[in-house]
Amino acid sequence: MAVLNVLQAVNQALDQEMARDERVILMGEDIGKKGGVFRTTVGLHLKYGDARVIDTPLNELGIVGVAIGVSLHGLRPVAEIQFADYIHPAMDQIVNEAGKMRYRSGGEFWCPLVVRAPYGGGIHGGLYHSQSVEAIYAHIPGVKVVVPSTPYDTKGLLISAIRDDDPVIFLEPKWAYRRIRGEVPEELYTIPIGQAEVKRAGDNLTLITYGAMVHRCLEAAERLAGEGVSAEVLDLRSVSPIDWPAVAKSVEKTSKVVIVHEDQKFGGIGAEVAAFISEELFENLDGPIIRVAGPFVPAMPYNQALEETYLPSVEKIVAAARRLAGY
Amino acid sequence: MALPIESTKPVSEIGLTNDDLLNMYRYMLLARTVDERMWIMNRQGKGAFAISCQGHEAAQVGSAYALRAGVDWACPYYRDAGVAITFGVTVRDIMLAFCGKAEDPFGGGRQLPNHYSNRKLRVLSGSSSVGTQIPHAAGIALAAKFKGEKLVAVAYFGEGATSTGDFHAGVNFAAVHKLPVIFVCENNGWAISVPTDKQMSLTSVAERALGYGIPGVVVDGVDIVAVYETMKAAVERALAGEGPTLIDAQVYRPLPHSSDDDDSMYLPAGFKATFEGRDPIERFRAFLIGQGDWDEKQDSALRRRVQEEVKEAAAYAESRPDPEPADLWTHVYADSVPPTEV
Repeated sequence: MAVLNVLQAVNQALDQEMARDERVILMGEDIGKKGGVFRTTVGLHLKYGDARVIDTPLNELGIVGVAIGVSLHGLRPVAEIQFADYIHPAMDQIVNEAGKMRYRSGGEFWCPLVVRAPYGGGIHGGLYHSQSVEAIYAHIPGVKVVVPSTPYDTKGLLISAIRDDDPVIFLEPKWAYRRIRGEVPEELYTIPIGQAEVKRAGDNLTLITYGAMVHRCLEAAERLAGEGVSAEVLDLRSVSPIDWPAVAKSVEKTSKVVIVHEDQKFGGIGAEVAAFISEELFENLDGPIIRVAGPFVPAMPYNQALEETYLPSVEKIVAAARRLAGY
Repeated sequence: MALPIESTKPVSEIGLTNDDLLNMYRYMLLARTVDERMWIMNRQGKGAFAISCQGHEAAQVGSAYALRAGVDWACPYYRDAGVAITFGVTVRDIMLAFCGKAEDPFGGGRQLPNHYSNRKLRVLSGSSSVGTQIPHAAGIALAAKFKGEKLVAVAYFGEGATSTGDFHAGVNFAAVHKLPVIFVCENNGWAISVPTDKQMSLTSVAERALGYGIPGVVVDGVDIVAVYETMKAAVERALAGEGPTLIDAQVYRPLPHSSDDDDSMYLPAGFKATFEGRDPIERFRAFLIGQGDWDEKQDSALRRRVQEEVKEAAAYAESRPDPEPADLWTHVYADSVPPTEV
């Protein structure tokens, strides 16, 4: 089986879905001849032409707003926002239009639209090339938010997102784009949106995470194993919807939970997961729910030391797990 | 005394038969009458909100009459009763939405009144956010062009919407790609309480077209024949692959922004006197009678029938059931189901 990185998995998913379904078109900045600033669409313009790989004006609200219209007339647009940090001008179109179209029309109109965006830090991108926006959009009913962590998941989830009849925000961990490689089948396959996956089984505690942090959690779990602590790593894969049965299954097994994400702790996905566990699984808990997450500062600074201070490190995750294991 | 219709040509030369003229007149009357009824019902406590099409009927019906319902797309805003009715939305639909009933075809009682929606007729559901439908029209036209379909998408909005980023994004995209889109601005000069001179440093919305490299046309929006003629030219241009047109249909707003607004707080003293002679319905009625194919007796009979239709629609809507509590949870996603216990 071919070994691809996350970028190549994105590219292959787009390419194969475009070949399979001529309703799929791409829209975004620099996605044409250049193939995207991260090269996720490289080769697709040559293969599918101007009509299906559209370099748009530099206007994110326009990219999403026009893509919504495209989705309303029978096509399946995949819009690219160059960095998740720049999705905010399109927020009204996502929140008030795509997210409410089906509801407000009583099911008459809907938007089969994907908005892809690289998210997250650790790549020296500074305040405006490092943001995590998943909690903002997970807060919006009517929209799904998918955050893959591996090349295999990226391909299967992106194909599912394109085939989904509801708008999907697809956040690609740019830290993992070239760093994370893995086996990816050549054929088309899908992974249902809303299914978490145990990336490493364990008995003593669960690290609940998603996106780029899956890889730090796996490293932390490896170190914890050396200390005699068996940590399970549960990759949510989508933060809206969240696979609550999978969360429950793991918590029932381990009774201890650390939630890890690089987005800020305050109002983050971890708060929602912790509240769910406390409401539904209180009797199963054998210690406090601990969150290892980003600080409440405007964004991730450029300076490398500050950037590392911002990010949940393997050390911080291990320390939290160690503390929890002591209960 | 109503001002005369000032078409540059006889109506037959612009492709309108007598039947067309009478259809257009009836649509205007339906829009006006259902609107008046909603204001009455609002004051009676039968509906929490009313927002008006009055003064805009010629711009709405005259432009929509140049389109093909079910083929072309209308992306209307909340004043567009005349557009919706011309496309085939009924006054019963409008009343069901006004009363927020389960049968409300625009969205089952979820939206405020006058948020028209009909998939079959291709009237796109709109939000209450101003201008957001403008890029949607561009996207629909892009998809139609991609599929090789000969149709136009029309975005309707007021002049306030032309200040939004959505307007810029939608018009610019449509212009770059020469898309079959028509941007119809129903320019009544007031964005709630803010007059045009605080909205833009231009004398007309049409001038904005210069910045996008597309034609911008000013038309007297209370002259239904002139609006139709202008729209028809824009449709032909769009279908010929020549790209979008921005139409600045200059109308007026005789009523406050909505049932929750008091225009005496901001309109200059005596301002409404400038509306004298501008009522689009009176103006068209005088034209029809002047043509010799319509008389006062026929006019009274038609008005009575329209009143009856609206009254029946209102009575029907009032009698219909409200949505069920479980409906709160439906249509969030394709597979949404209500919780087992509501």
